[in-house]
Amino acid sequence: MGKITGFMEYERELPQRRAVGERVNDWFEIYQDFSEDKVRRQGARCMDCGIPFCHTGCPVNNIIPDWNDLVYKDKWQDAIRVLHSTNNFPEFTGRICPAPCEAACVLGINEPPVAIKVIEKSIVEHAFAAGWIHPEPPQQRTGRRVAVIGSGPAGLAAAQQLNRAGHSVTVFEKADRIGGLLRYGIPDFKMEKWVLDRRLEQMLAEGVEFRTGAHIGVNLDVAQIRREYDAVLIAAGAEQPRDLKVPGRELKGIHFAMEFLPQQNRRGAGDLVPDQILATGRNVVIIGGGDTGADCLGTSHRHKAASVAQFEILPMPPENRHASTPWPLWPLQLRMESSHEEGGLRHWSIATTAFTGDENGNVKKLHAVRVGAPPRFEPIPGTEFTLDVDLVLLAMGFTGPVRGGMIDQLGVALDTRGNVSTDANYMSSEPGVFAAGDARRGQSLVVWAIAEGRQAAAAIDSWLETQTASVASAA
Amino acid sequence: MHHPNGLPAPQGLYHPGNEHDACGIGFVVNITGEPSHDIILKGIQILINLTHRGACGCDPETGDGAGVLIQIPHKFFARECARLGFTLPAPGEYGVGMCFLPVEPSQRLQTEGLLERIVREEGLTVLGWRDTPVDVDAIGRVARASQPYIEQIFIRGAAGMSQDELERKLYIVRKRAEAEMATSDLREKSFFYIPSLSTRTIVYKGLLLAPQIASFYGELSDPDAMSALCLVHQRFSTNTFPTWQLAHPFRYICHNGEINTVRGNVNWMHARQSILRSDLFGDDLKKLFPVIQPHGSDSACLDNAVEMLALTGRSLPHVMAMLIPEAWDADTTMHPDKRAFYEYHASLMEPWDGPAAVAFTDGRMIGATLDRNGLRPARYLVTKDDLLIMASETGVLPIRPEEVRTKGRLQPGRMLLVDTEEGRIIPDEEIKQRLWSRNPYAEWLKQNQVHLDDLPEPPRVYGSDQHTIISRQRAFGYTDEDIRMLILPMTGKGEEPVGSMGTDTPLACLSEKPQPLFHYFKQLFAQVTNPAIDPIREELVMSLTSYIGTERNILDETPQHCHTLKLPHPLLTNRDLEKLRRVSTGDLLCTTLPMLFEVNAGAKGLERALDGLCRRASLAIKSGYTMLILSDRGIDEEYAPIPSLLALSAVHNHLVREETRTQVALIIESGEPREVMHFCLLIGYGASAVNPYLAIDTLEQQALRGNLADGVNFETALRNYKKAINKGLLKVFSKMGISTLQSYRGAQVFEAIGLNRSLVEKYFTGTASRIEGVGLDVLAREAAMKHAYAFQPVTEADTELDPGGNYHYRVRGEYHLINPTTVSRLQHAVRQKSFATFQEFTRAIDDQQRSHCTLRGLMKLKTIARPAPIDEVEPASEIVRRFATGAMSFGSISKEAHETLAIAMNTIGGKSNTGEGGEDEERFQDKRRSAVKQVASGRFGVTANYLVNADELQIKIAQGAKPGEGGQLPGHKVDDTIARVRHSIPGVGLISPPPHHDIYSIEDLAQLIYDLKNVNPKARISVKLVAEVGVGTVAAGVAKAHADVVLISGHDGGTGASPLTSIKHAGIPWELGLAETQQVLVMNDLRSRIRVQTDGKLQTGRDVAIAALLGAEEFGFSTAPLVSMGCIMMRKCHLNTCPVGIATQDPVLRAKFQGQPEHVINYFFFVAEELRQYMASMGFRKVDEMIGRVDMLEMSDAVEHWKARGLDYSSILFNPQVPGRVGRRCLVAQDHGIHQALDYKLIDHAQEALERATPVEIKLPIRNVHRTVGAMLSGEIARRYGSAGLPDDTIRFEFTGSAGQSFGAFLAKGVTLTLEGDANDYVGKGLSGGRLVVYPPRTSNFLPEENILVGNVVLYGATSGEAFFNGMAGERFAVRNSGATAVVEAVGDHGCEYMTKGLVVVLGRTGRNFAAGMSGGFAFVLDETGEFASTMCNKSAVDLERVDDAADIRGLQTLISRHAELTGSPRARWILENWETMLPQFVKVFPHEYRRALGVPRKAAHAVASDPVTRAALQADADRSGIAIPPAMNASPEVAHG
Repeated sequence: MGKITGFMEYERELPQRRAVGERVNDWFEIYQDFSEDKVRRQGARCMDCGIPFCHTGCPVNNIIPDWNDLVYKDKWQDAIRVLHSTNNFPEFTGRICPAPCEAACVLGINEPPVAIKVIEKSIVEHAFAAGWIHPEPPQQRTGRRVAVIGSGPAGLAAAQQLNRAGHSVTVFEKADRIGGLLRYGIPDFKMEKWVLDRRLEQMLAEGVEFRTGAHIGVNLDVAQIRREYDAVLIAAGAEQPRDLKVPGRELKGIHFAMEFLPQQNRRGAGDLVPDQILATGRNVVIIGGGDTGADCLGTSHRHKAASVAQFEILPMPPENRHASTPWPLWPLQLRMESSHEEGGLRHWSIATTAFTGDENGNVKKLHAVRVGAPPRFEPIPGTEFTLDVDLVLLAMGFTGPVRGGMIDQLGVALDTRGNVSTDANYMSSEPGVFAAGDARRGQSLVVWAIAEGRQAAAAIDSWLETQTASVASAA
Repeated sequence: MHHPNGLPAPQGLYHPGNEHDACGIGFVVNITGEPSHDIILKGIQILINLTHRGACGCDPETGDGAGVLIQIPHKFFARECARLGFTLPAPGEYGVGMCFLPVEPSQRLQTEGLLERIVREEGLTVLGWRDTPVDVDAIGRVARASQPYIEQIFIRGAAGMSQDELERKLYIVRKRAEAEMATSDLREKSFFYIPSLSTRTIVYKGLLLAPQIASFYGELSDPDAMSALCLVHQRFSTNTFPTWQLAHPFRYICHNGEINTVRGNVNWMHARQSILRSDLFGDDLKKLFPVIQPHGSDSACLDNAVEMLALTGRSLPHVMAMLIPEAWDADTTMHPDKRAFYEYHASLMEPWDGPAAVAFTDGRMIGATLDRNGLRPARYLVTKDDLLIMASETGVLPIRPEEVRTKGRLQPGRMLLVDTEEGRIIPDEEIKQRLWSRNPYAEWLKQNQVHLDDLPEPPRVYGSDQHTIISRQRAFGYTDEDIRMLILPMTGKGEEPVGSMGTDTPLACLSEKPQPLFHYFKQLFAQVTNPAIDPIREELVMSLTSYIGTERNILDETPQHCHTLKLPHPLLTNRDLEKLRRVSTGDLLCTTLPMLFEVNAGAKGLERALDGLCRRASLAIKSGYTMLILSDRGIDEEYAPIPSLLALSAVHNHLVREETRTQVALIIESGEPREVMHFCLLIGYGASAVNPYLAIDTLEQQALRGNLADGVNFETALRNYKKAINKGLLKVFSKMGISTLQSYRGAQVFEAIGLNRSLVEKYFTGTASRIEGVGLDVLAREAAMKHAYAFQPVTEADTELDPGGNYHYRVRGEYHLINPTTVSRLQHAVRQKSFATFQEFTRAIDDQQRSHCTLRGLMKLKTIARPAPIDEVEPASEIVRRFATGAMSFGSISKEAHETLAIAMNTIGGKSNTGEGGEDEERFQDKRRSAVKQVASGRFGVTANYLVNADELQIKIAQGAKPGEGGQLPGHKVDDTIARVRHSIPGVGLISPPPHHDIYSIEDLAQLIYDLKNVNPKARISVKLVAEVGVGTVAAGVAKAHADVVLISGHDGGTGASPLTSIKHAGIPWELGLAETQQVLVMNDLRSRIRVQTDGKLQTGRDVAIAALLGAEEFGFSTAPLVSMGCIMMRKCHLNTCPVGIATQDPVLRAKFQGQPEHVINYFFFVAEELRQYMASMGFRKVDEMIGRVDMLEMSDAVEHWKARGLDYSSILFNPQVPGRVGRRCLVAQDHGIHQALDYKLIDHAQEALERATPVEIKLPIRNVHRTVGAMLSGEIARRYGSAGLPDDTIRFEFTGSAGQSFGAFLAKGVTLTLEGDANDYVGKGLSGGRLVVYPPRTSNFLPEENILVGNVVLYGATSGEAFFNGMAGERFAVRNSGATAVVEAVGDHGCEYMTKGLVVVLGRTGRNFAAGMSGGFAFVLDETGEFASTMCNKSAVDLERVDDAADIRGLQTLISRHAELTGSPRARWILENWETMLPQFVKVFPHEYRRALGVPRKAAHAVASDPVTRAALQADADRSGIAIPPAMNASPEVAHG
């Protein structure tokens, strides 16, 4: 258990971010190296709680105290085994997870919490460097085939789990590369894409089949998939963006964040991107104060925007945990992402009321008003203002999977929020069709996607077993 | 319906097998053997003077039983029989039977006829019957109701029969009659009982109070009734259903104590019947079976064994030495031949272990012996006219001082014997010498005993197989946690790991996870009726040695009898086992039987495999094998291991039934056992040794993986692991009050929870299992689950082993009642004062439909059609007054947390509890005061002032987290404040002993209750017990001991630090314990005299409702209030690192404490509010209405769990059928009997002093019935003057006579009690500043230092004051003294044990184990022979030094001068007169801990001396603190005498 008195002896320490002046000039990850000695000292701060709230705060239920201790004891190989037992892709979460575990850390009640996320990343990077992470193909194949639709974190986690259980898994991806949001969504400065490729290599070697450019319901027939596969998992994400229906929305220069960000990923991958939306030299307003907004912010900085502002309709959260979200809940509090360090202004309690443009139909002005508290967001008279803009990025969240196409053709029922509705075993209204990740729970974290992918895989595996049994008993 | 011996039949949770007794015993004998009527009168007088050691139940006129045993009064009988028309032959030619017979005439006639027929068949003649005249008006209502018809039968032997032959024949007659009656269908056969049938002795006994016996049995007052000896007994049965038959004396013995191993002893006795042969009995021997009469009490069983061994040819002392041997194993000073005698007999049979003072007689010899621990008092006195009086107390007969030749006490393991034919007392040494010289035992041992080390090295030994280890670990259910939290810690320190905050995981029978069978069992432990032992500080009585091989006919003695293999401890390495497997020495021959079963064949396969195993075991015995190894090596895809405990117990019970069990030793070779509890169970169910090969492989695996601590390799890890297991075993034995592995083996001191009846009856015969549960099918399924996991491929993307989650919460691990959801909901609820959030919390706890966890989870509260309107239900503000917080000491939790709880409870009118650490006096007068002040075994801070400032005094007998264990507060936690409150020294570690050293039995508890009630008559006295089978019986004893409240704690409660074994495996849920308590108290009509409280993870309104319905009036909470104050279940309370400032003394961490009294208050109001809702739905308007209403509970009908569906709660929900007048809750106050206290007189005399501090002085006589003299007076002083008391010597009382127990207890400052005479146990207990002076009568002329003056456990827990004793003290003098100064002239064993402060001077010899666990203060011992330094002192905690420091010398001389002056001690004067020669013979006892706290390094002693400046500075410091600096001296103090 870490070091008994470690939490009293050592301070929380995180890897340094590279200097803002330096990092906005490139697309590399922003964190500097962090020595393993320092990581081990952070591991020593873990108190090995009787109830490790981090462990339940974490959506994949990482057994955090165990690997904190193993790292402290310099047992990295044991640590990666424990880490992998709950999380297929710690190198992703170790980079981009907002770490609800740390918010739930018991030490966090009255001290800075244990630096769990950096420990996670260090374990997996250590393991890759040491060559401990290699393909683990199943020893026996079951002869069962599973189609996974979508190659984001949920799809990949499910595919790896199902494949290791001996099922033959095909992952269908509508884009040209595997990875979903991990590939086209997360900016490279948060996660460089070799990290993803490295993991995909392992999965390929384990026997997972990947098919890109395969847009089910568009260029692939749903019925055929259902015929050829014993089970189908919808892990297609929640890509339907929430729109801002105000006058002037149709003007040029107003884009969804998910139009803007993937283009940059492509360019980073060396693709030629015709008519790329660039922030360079422009006055940018990002509407939406969340993570996607922050990604747009960081990307805009790197594009060298003339100015960037980020609007949020909610009031500014408190500096510290708000009383409505006591420990160990995910705290309502002001967060400072790396992109915020790099510049730009953040505005709170603002509702955009209209856009106006120039004669060419380019957006030029944004009209807004300050509003009161949720849920009514009552406009405050006399606070109306306008702002010059050249580029508006809408990062206001998503409303569920894209309707029509595959979803309709599969005939699965949706819940009131427009997500695929499932039972406790991840099965949709259609027998044999399962759903996991954002497509099921709505827009969420990568770590939730992995968690759902794993749980859905387990459910599919058990379901396939009952199918085998019923076939056998019928025979 | 009645049980065969007159007890009620088992019903509900009551079982007659749980009855215990303890008592007062005594005898008087004319050493010359001259019979007289006077002896009988004296015996009865002794009995009457021991009355306070007995008890009465609901009927004050009915005692628990009393009796006398005398020689046959021939003159009287001759006269009486002549009147009846028959003539008695000469003494010795006839026998008299005392017979209890059916009351109904025709039934009685049939019984008499049966007896006469047997007499005739045995070739004897019935001379006649005599109605024994009795006076039924002399006895109580309850006694009358169950009184048998009492007659005497006179039987003549055949012509030419010797007296011994006739005696044996009479034995046969009685045994045959007992056996025939047992199977007869006579309706009133339960009345039948023969108290005695002998040519020498006769027993008069019954359900009587001592003073009733003479009038009930009128003939005892007839001048023609004469005897040379009289053995008497007054019974205090904890239990409740005293009967005529279970009164003592029995035929040979009477017993004060308890045989803890009785189940094993009886089983072994039964098992060896088939090989018994006796020339004296020949074929008649079989008529004696069963040797042990079924359904007897432990004492009755012991009597049966004594009788058989004595009548088959051994002398009575020989029998006693065999059954209750001295602690010889560790005693290197014992004569080698004597050791050989004991070791030889150890190979014959196991000791009957437990606290025991046994008085025995065969009518010619009479004597007494104490068990190896000496945990019962026995004092004797010899007069100049050859009278010997022995009793539990001194002063039971008035003897003029000048008549006294000697006074003494019985010592542990020693025997007192009078042979009336030889006409003298035979000293212990002579008895033992006679015994050991009977045969060349040492020689026999040398030639026949085999040692493991002597066996040849095996050619091959199993290595560890690291390739398959993971799947084997999985197959045996290893979890990652088992390795990390249990096994690895043992390899480092050689100790069991410690945890805290109790347990909140499901019972094994409710867990979703496959459990080891071991976890369906719970350890039993000693409470009240007998003490736990301290296996560390008193290790000299403990032993792990065992002798294995074939047992032979114990009625004979041959060299072959000790042809056994001696094992020093039960854990075998692979090499050890291989040696055994290949043994071929003499008769020792070993074979291996596989304990595997075909996993796919399920329960059937398992049962077949077990049957096969039993059959093969029988065959192996027939083929001459003497050792059977049951092995589960060789599991594979098809075969899974049979749970090792199941296999073992199946074979064991099979062989016991077959009566072949003693011919063979069972050895377990298994991958399953890994933790202490597993080994305990295997041994407790009969294994001789265990080879835990997978645990050993795991150690090697961990070594290979580099997981061992620095500097530990595989070999040291194995050594440490063995050490830890062995220490753990001793600890578990000692919790039950058992000292030796040999007695523990097969003793089955466990209770099963959730195993069904057929499984238990077949495989765990005799084990309590009261709620039914799982059977073989579930056990097979659990094995299959583990097996399937084992043979599933191990992938790298999975943990190798199941993570566990038994100790620390894990998502896919074991369920925990207290989990992230419940903790956060509760904290949010109390902080935001949100009842809605609180209900989310309670739903998460109460809804155990999905995750079964507790017994109450499966209960359902009934509702009625017309609920009570909620506003008619009594308000929450009334209900919360029934709530209490648990005993958490200041020391274990921080000042902030402790005071927050107190403020909260005082605000709502509930009660907080000090815990055992005392309480800062500055809190006494304000809201931070704890209403409940605890009195625990450490007695920390227990002063008169502490006691008078309580509303309730709680005697903690046991605590849920670790029943039967003591505790330890390490020195680094003892800061200035804690030291002040606990009256100790900062930095010095403090030990709480496992037992209260003044409670070794129920009558001792009654005494302590009486003591406390005297000091503070206004306070309720509460006794805290932990649930286990039989707790109801103990609670009944507690009620009879006049406690006002009894608290039944569940096993799961407990917040304190404790070994993990105890947290998980000792004690049972409160639901069972509470229900049993309620049932037994109601059945005995004792419930109305006592309030019942319960605790143990009570959290919600539903929990409280269930507790009330099961019978509790008050409710205790600990975990939930702690969580309300911010506890997040770190379970690191023992490490002082609590990050929320609760369980820590670290100022930095304490600053983080965020709890507020309001949080706790909110919590309790929420609980009360919820309770109100339940009350309304059941139609109750007052809590009082619902107490004991089990009819409102039922088992949840929704139970379809694969394990839980077998459970049956009907015994818990049982409602005893008693008439309506019998109360089901507390309705009347206890009569504590303190109105007779001498102190009322003392207080009258002291009015002037009390009111105006004017000095007073009085002289008074005193007797042994005057108990606790001075305590009430001291309470009065404390109330008026606080701990400061009165000026020195303000009140002076001078007594003459023999003082009763607890003379001068809690004596306050300003009082001096002087006693000319002698005193019983507990003199100066809790001395609080007063002064005690005791010296022998001025007219006596025995040597004071050689005669016992004050009894055992003198100055226990004294905090300040002085005591001067001109004579010898008994065992445990100044135990846990924390500040008193005492001078005494000799002491018994264990002097100054656990002492933490103060000063003791011993002007003479000490017993063994002096200064064990002593951590502070000093002792000076006059060691004239060098024996003290060489053998008597336990030097593990202390150094011995010469007294050559000037301050020490001055101080010592002054004290001895005062002793001489106050007591007139001739010895003190002589020492002072010869000071120059005597001084060098004094030894100073200096505790290591104390030295460390004073900062005086041991080795630097030279340097200190050679550097005068430093020394002067040190001395100056020391002078300020009143402590002498250790002198510079020879580094090896033991050679001080050169």
